[in-house]
Formats: sequence, C-alpha cells, structure tokens
Amino acid sequence: MHGSEVKIRLLLAMFLAGASVLAGAAPAEEDAWKQGNSKAAGLEHCVEPTAWMRRNHMELIKHERNLTVHQGVRVESKSLAGCIKCHVQYDAAAKPIAINSDEQFCDMCHDYAAVTLDCFQCHATVPTSETDYGAGAGEGDQP
Amino acid sequence: MSKTTDQPDQDRRAFIGKAAGAAAAATLAPGVFLHGVADAEFRQVPVTDKVRWGMLVDSNKCADSCTACVDACNHENGMDLLEKPEGLSEDMWDQQIPKWIRKVKVKDKLSGRESNLPMLCQHCENPPCADVCPTGASFRRADGIVMVDRHTCIGCRYCMMACPYKARSFIHEVVENKLTITPRGKGCVESCNFCVSRLDRGETTTACQDACNEAGHKAIVFGDLNDPSSEVSQALKQYPSRQIRADLKLNTGVRYSGV
Repeated sequence: MHGSEVKIRLLLAMFLAGASVLAGAAPAEEDAWKQGNSKAAGLEHCVEPTAWMRRNHMELIKHERNLTVHQGVRVESKSLAGCIKCHVQYDAAAKPIAINSDEQFCDMCHDYAAVTLDCFQCHATVPTSETDYGAGAGEGDQP
Repeated sequence: MSKTTDQPDQDRRAFIGKAAGAAAAATLAPGVFLHGVADAEFRQVPVTDKVRWGMLVDSNKCADSCTACVDACNHENGMDLLEKPEGLSEDMWDQQIPKWIRKVKVKDKLSGRESNLPMLCQHCENPPCADVCPTGASFRRADGIVMVDRHTCIGCRYCMMACPYKARSFIHEVVENKLTITPRGKGCVESCNFCVSRLDRGETTTACQDACNEAGHKAIVFGDLNDPSSEVSQALKQYPSRQIRADLKLNTGVRYSGV
C-alpha cells in the first residue's frame, strides 16, 4: 500500500478510536496487529501487554539475541523466530508470507514510523522448518 | 620474569576473563526474569564449560570420492539455497560460496601416501580468530564452540587472515534465501559451529557425522571431550591422533587419526 494511504487510514483509525473512546468503547486500532490467519490473531495479547510490546519489543529481542548467541539460551517466547512463527500469515496456497513484506506484521508499523528494520538482512522472514529452534513441535503449523 | 615462550599468557587472560564475567553477572542478573511458556526441548540455561564439544576424524576411513559430509553440511546450513550472482564466473563463485567443511587431500612427498582430510573449524581452545577480532564478534562459547556473532561482525575479515585452517567464509552478496537456524547476510564472516542449533535442542550429533555414518564410512566421531565415557573420548584414548598444526599450541577440538 502507498505510504500516504497508510497515513490517511491511520488518521482515520485514530479519529474513530477517539470517537469510540468518547462513546465508551475500546479503541478500534488496538486490534490492528491481529492479522488474518496468523496464530497471533487468535490470542488475547503477546508475551507482554500490547501497549508494552509496541514500545519495547526491540529490547526483548536484543536482550534475547545476546543470551542466545553467546550462552545458547533458546527461550521461545522472546526469540525472533518465535515472533515470526506466531505473527506470520499464510496465503491461499498455505505458504507463509514474508513477515517484513508489504502490509505484513513488521512492515505495518515500521513503514508508518519510518524506522528501518535490519533484522531480515540475515534472519529468515518465514518459519523454515519444523525443527527450527523456537518453532516448537507442530506449533508453527498453519492454523 | 623471563619469558620462555612466544605464546600469549593464557593464565592472565583467563583471570581477566573471569573478572569481567563476574562483574557482568553481578550487574546483569537482577531483574532479568525469563517467563512465559517455554519449550523444554530447547536449552533454557546458559552453556557451561563442563562440556567441551570435539571431534575425531579418521582419515583412513574417509573415502576418496565421497562428499557426504560436505553435502549434508551445505543442506543443514542453507548453503544449497544460495544462488550464483549474475555475472560472476564459476571459478569466483567457487571461491566465494561459504564452505564450512571441505575435503583436502594431503600427500606425503617421501612415500607418496595420500590422505583425505575433511577440514573444518578446529574449535581451538585458544582461537586466533577471537584473538584478532576487533569487535568481539569472534568468540568461543563456554562449551568450546567457536562462533561469530553476526550482530557485532563488521566484516573486516581479520579472523580469516588469522585462521591457520582457512576455515572461515565471507558473504559477499545479499542473501535472499536463508534458514531460521542459520541466519546469513552480506558483509559477515561465518564458519562451522558444530551444528549448534542441534546441540541447543538436546541433540548430540552433527550433520556431517550423521551423513558419514549413513554413507557407511563412520569416519567422524563427535561428542563431549570432557566426558571420559563419551564415544569421542574413548576413541581418542584408543587410537593415536594428532592436531593439525599442533605447533601453534591452539589445543584444537577437532583431532585427526591416520594422517
């Protein structure tokens, strides 16, 4: 989607959110991260509350990466592989869609906030095997 | 104090390392809680030096035309997903494509005897690559695995110069297809990591070893050097073996017999 179109949509969402807050309902944009057929779409919130994750997910990933690379600790709930496994969407042919591609989970906010994302210069953008660390047995399957 | 060797003083280094580690543990540990649903299959606690992973390669059993270990490594770590960049000659591509394990043939000039030597990162106790790394990206994990932290690697390739075994590769081009277990990107150095993601999910074999066994040669034995009852320790006890370039006093984790 085009950048300006995203902005307009977000402005609209914020306006509607404001309106709904005034009306006493939950803000509409709260659920924007619950995408399509991803596993995350069916969950209440991430490993931490949504508002906290929005601001601090990078701290989790960065902390975990040092533990993982240098000490071999592989905690699924805070690994990048775990993020991808849960948030990735699948196309009609049940093939996973790259998490950083247009309109997908990572791109959705990073494009709007104009923050370049370097993770995927090296890291895989889709779960690549059943035995991937952090992919858990069978849990990474299409819902 | 008179200096009797040109080797670095490892005791001094060990002391400094421990002191730094203690300081880090004191400041990092409080407030760090790992919670949530964690899969017990994967390692949940830091590795320790109770284990030292190592390997014994019997070059007598290594068959001449067999490339099972190389192929298995390439598949396990996603090298077979790489595509030759446009305009690059086959020769150049062969030089650039990452090789974590390659077969080297050595010949004794006097007797004419040839041996096959599957050459990979030797996982030294005192790795020269980590010594020269300007950013600390090359490091030795507590359980003896020498690795590259790509997050801190700046691609200077000093480690490639320092490695006596030519065990490291540099990624020259943007990588389109990669595996979750083996991240790979332009501008970083990489090398054999003893299939670390397998070890971290509780397995005890490497891809090359499995492939060699499957091919029926059984030339590679892998395991814990610190455990006297492990297969590799038993094999090392039973057969004469040597380190390649033992004169460098690196105390390699990979040993060879029959050369």
